[in-house]
Amino acid sequence: MIIHAIFFWLFATVCVGSAVMVIASRNPVHSVLFLILAFINAAGLFVLIGAEFLAWILVIVYVGAVAVLFLFVVMMLDVDFAQLRQGFLNYLPVGVIIGGILLAELLTVLFGWAISPEIGKVITAPIPPSSEISNTQALGLVLYTRYIYFFQAAGVILLVAMIGAIVLTLHHKPNVKRQNISEQIARTKSSAIEIVQVKSGQGLSS
Amino acid sequence: MSQSLTQLLLTYLPLIVFIGVAAVIGLALLVVAFVVAYRQPDPEKLSAYECGFNAFDDARMKFDIRYYLVAILFIIFDLEVSFLFPWATALGRLGQFGFWSMMVFLAVLTVGFIYEWKKGALEWD
Repeated sequence: MIIHAIFFWLFATVCVGSAVMVIASRNPVHSVLFLILAFINAAGLFVLIGAEFLAWILVIVYVGAVAVLFLFVVMMLDVDFAQLRQGFLNYLPVGVIIGGILLAELLTVLFGWAISPEIGKVITAPIPPSSEISNTQALGLVLYTRYIYFFQAAGVILLVAMIGAIVLTLHHKPNVKRQNISEQIARTKSSAIEIVQVKSGQGLSS
Repeated sequence: MSQSLTQLLLTYLPLIVFIGVAAVIGLALLVVAFVVAYRQPDPEKLSAYECGFNAFDDARMKFDIRYYLVAILFIIFDLEVSFLFPWATALGRLGQFGFWSMMVFLAVLTVGFIYEWKKGALEWD
């Protein structure tokens, strides 16, 4: 029990700390690395509440793929960091206003709503109980049947993302020779070479 | 905390041990190199070098957008596979409807796969 608490505080502290570093560090590449650290610690928190599947999906999808994409974007932007920092003070008032509005909304929600005292018991227990069914299986039982519309919508969104990425970024260079295996092995002696008898002292005309 | 959750977390104990061992080995190598190694730095040793040349320009440069395309196509199929995991574990209890639900999902993504194959997005010229 005490070990559980220790790991919770460890993961939570590192997660919040690295989240702060994401926006505080000067180098965007370091920001992405801190983002990966935050994701991994969030995965640890998921494991602690018994949501194994979410935890490992977080590691596979976010750490393995999305973070790599972020890194690509950061590298591709080719930003001049000194120049980037220059506008910081100009944008500060707008940022403060938007941040203030968000903070006010959050506080309204937090203090305006009465939170049921029962909630601690409800949200800390997995539904259905993890003794009956594993986390992944419980998800599988509802995702493909009860939530079929969301599931199919996810498929369509992935399709749109795939086609969109291809349409936006794919451009082939002209005159690139590619392997065409069937064409290459279908060559015969007659189609590939020509034997010319050259008489001595005359050379080739053509 | 329930008994089953404690048991679930206990199965992660080897992982913690592995992470601990990895951290100890990694730190030990760093610390040993820091303590034992002979050091006598001078500006020439500490400067960046590029295989004998002076560094041409910044290490952070633009690179081809096609790497990005490969990465995004990888993520999409990564997500597709991660949807398959809960489906596979629950398949015995899902019945016909759940099975065909996944088949439609896969068919939709196969349309995209055929599109990118025909467009030549998987080729590198």
